[in-house]
Amino acid sequence: MTVESTAARKPRRSAGTKSTAGKSTTARKPASKDPELVQLLTPEGKRVKNAEYDKYVAGITPEELRGLYRDMVLTRRFDAEATSLQRQGELGLWASLLGQEAAQIGSGRATREDDYVFPTYREHGVAWCRGVDPTNLLGMFRGVNNGGWDPNSNNFQLYTIVIGSQTLHATGYAMGIAKDGADSAVIAYFGDGASSQGDVAESFTFSAVYNAPVVFFCQNNQWAISEPTEKQTRVPLYQRAQGFGFPGVRVDGNDVLACLAVTKWALERARAGEGPTLVEAYTYRMGAHTTSDDPTRYRGDEERLAWEAKDPILRLRRYLEASNHADEGFFAELETESEALGKRVREAVRAMPDPDHFAIFENAYADGHALVDEERAQFAAYQASFADVEGA
Amino acid sequence: MAAETIKNVALAKAINESLRRALDSDPKVLIMGEDVGKLGGVFRVTDGLQKDFGESRVIDTPLAESGIVGTAIGLALRGYRPVVEIQFDGFVFPAYDQIVTQLAKMHARSLGKVKLPVVVRIPYGGGIGAVEHHSESPEALFAHVAGLKIVSPSNASDAYWMMQQAIQSDDPVIFFEPKRRYWDKGEVNTEAIPGPLHKAKVVREGTDLTLAAYGPMVKLCQEVAAAAAEEGRNLEVLDLRSVSPLDFDSIQASVEKTRRLVVVHEAPVFFGSGAEIAARITERCFYHLEAPVLRVGGYHAPYPPARLEEEYLPGLDRVLDAVDRALAY
Repeated sequence: MTVESTAARKPRRSAGTKSTAGKSTTARKPASKDPELVQLLTPEGKRVKNAEYDKYVAGITPEELRGLYRDMVLTRRFDAEATSLQRQGELGLWASLLGQEAAQIGSGRATREDDYVFPTYREHGVAWCRGVDPTNLLGMFRGVNNGGWDPNSNNFQLYTIVIGSQTLHATGYAMGIAKDGADSAVIAYFGDGASSQGDVAESFTFSAVYNAPVVFFCQNNQWAISEPTEKQTRVPLYQRAQGFGFPGVRVDGNDVLACLAVTKWALERARAGEGPTLVEAYTYRMGAHTTSDDPTRYRGDEERLAWEAKDPILRLRRYLEASNHADEGFFAELETESEALGKRVREAVRAMPDPDHFAIFENAYADGHALVDEERAQFAAYQASFADVEGA
Repeated sequence: MAAETIKNVALAKAINESLRRALDSDPKVLIMGEDVGKLGGVFRVTDGLQKDFGESRVIDTPLAESGIVGTAIGLALRGYRPVVEIQFDGFVFPAYDQIVTQLAKMHARSLGKVKLPVVVRIPYGGGIGAVEHHSESPEALFAHVAGLKIVSPSNASDAYWMMQQAIQSDDPVIFFEPKRRYWDKGEVNTEAIPGPLHKAKVVREGTDLTLAAYGPMVKLCQEVAAAAAEEGRNLEVLDLRSVSPLDFDSIQASVEKTRRLVVVHEAPVFFGSGAEIAARITERCFYHLEAPVLRVGGYHAPYPPARLEEEYLPGLDRVLDAVDRALAY
């Protein structure tokens, strides 16, 4: 696989092509009951067959299913704790993932250790799957750093707040993988709002032209702060891929099994040299955009209640129970583990010290900069002037 | 090892040789940009490089500047050292977001764990009779941003060596190439490193006044100094070479000797690098200065059509006029 092979290859399949045929009216509003929505678990927790994607989860064991459930429950617990910590003044802000657990755990668990993840600022569930300590994610929301973890220790890039920027970084990283002749893949997360950004369109162009091994994982959670997806697009988002020359698929973003299967498929395409894929995980932001947001100003309860019936955790629990894959002991134990996680996160955040004042100047440059040195010295002298007063 | 000197080499060719050397010595170095491959770039700075190093290392990109810089960041995260070309100064702005919000800040955001050794080459400045967006000098817009380093060579030797040093830097470097000097010829000694990247150089010693400039305006200042010498004035010319960091120590040393300073750049004077130099040198050299620091540069107006650019750009007479005013104090 080389970067200069310019992907004249026709996409193997394109869900987008099929669904649009002779149905121009569907373009007006992305329908939640799209016939192309890949779903393996219904909201009632029933396993439905899917000829295309069943094979990607065919060998999944009850233990692995319980693992997915555990991931989602713990992620939700962590998220709830962070929201509480913001309400208590321990965090300046929090961006909740409530409702998007299946999209994040399903896709995150599809990645291999050597794959690389480029998140937005809401991918707490993906971070969990990558083994990033959840307390690491809270530094920027507490205001003690602007990220701070080492992306290379878990192949999980820093959170990106500027909407869509990371999709280009993901594409460049994937181009590098191709140059290295490695068979790793990259997954870039973004949302329905970001789909309007030029950087996202450019990342589609670059990845298609260079046949880069990248999966674009769009969590369409229906809302970009107060703007519904209709303000971003006239066509279902997954159909955008078609115009760039690679396949796009819409998956039930509240179905962890479907998200796992579809992402595995897309990552395997990338590894096999078949280029980029767009996955649109159709889901719902059940909470506010961030703790600073007030969704009651722009959306009603009805919609939220409809989506609560499709809750990602509830449906897997129903499936686990109906298929006898988990007993009461499992759920009770998980409850205990959840509370322990909440406690650990709470304690870690409260113990997080404010950074040293001189951290302002640290790491502005890798090789140093004369002006930074000069201003640091001025700042030190200014700070020292208070010490003199106190000492006098 | 015997010193290897390339004589009579144009500034553009010196950069080309420097890029060739970097590609040759480090397999992680990549060249990216619009038309940098078969065409060799619109100014031929990358001429022949794709032929010799292949399409995987000298990469023709889609026509999308944000994409060029954004993917270069990703490649740098993967361990590459991309040298990207923005075709003209006025076309960098689609990439400004990636440069300012991502490239400049990622090292700090990772608390030093991530390094982004990306060089962004930008042919800049006027004087070549171009259409709009092809003659601008946006260096101050980048110098205002912490995390970036900004350099601009004025001659072939510096162009060669500063490019070597920029590529070796672990910080992102915006490399402003004085396009009106691309065809000026000089000598390059490819064995002797001439000094640190961010250090200014006295290119003409003098006692009466310091002219400070970088990139395309250094040659003009040398011409000004030669003209002033005919009138018995002994001007010092300082080639700043680096806009961020600025070598204030060298400017200060020169001004303490000459007691007068005129800063010359093509960019608009208002909020330009000359303003920062004037402020800081006034602070550092208050008791040495015999005159306020004066600036000569572009006006606070859009870069004019080519038929007017001679009036807009600093020229010999405008700089001499400023010299006269400074000496009149």
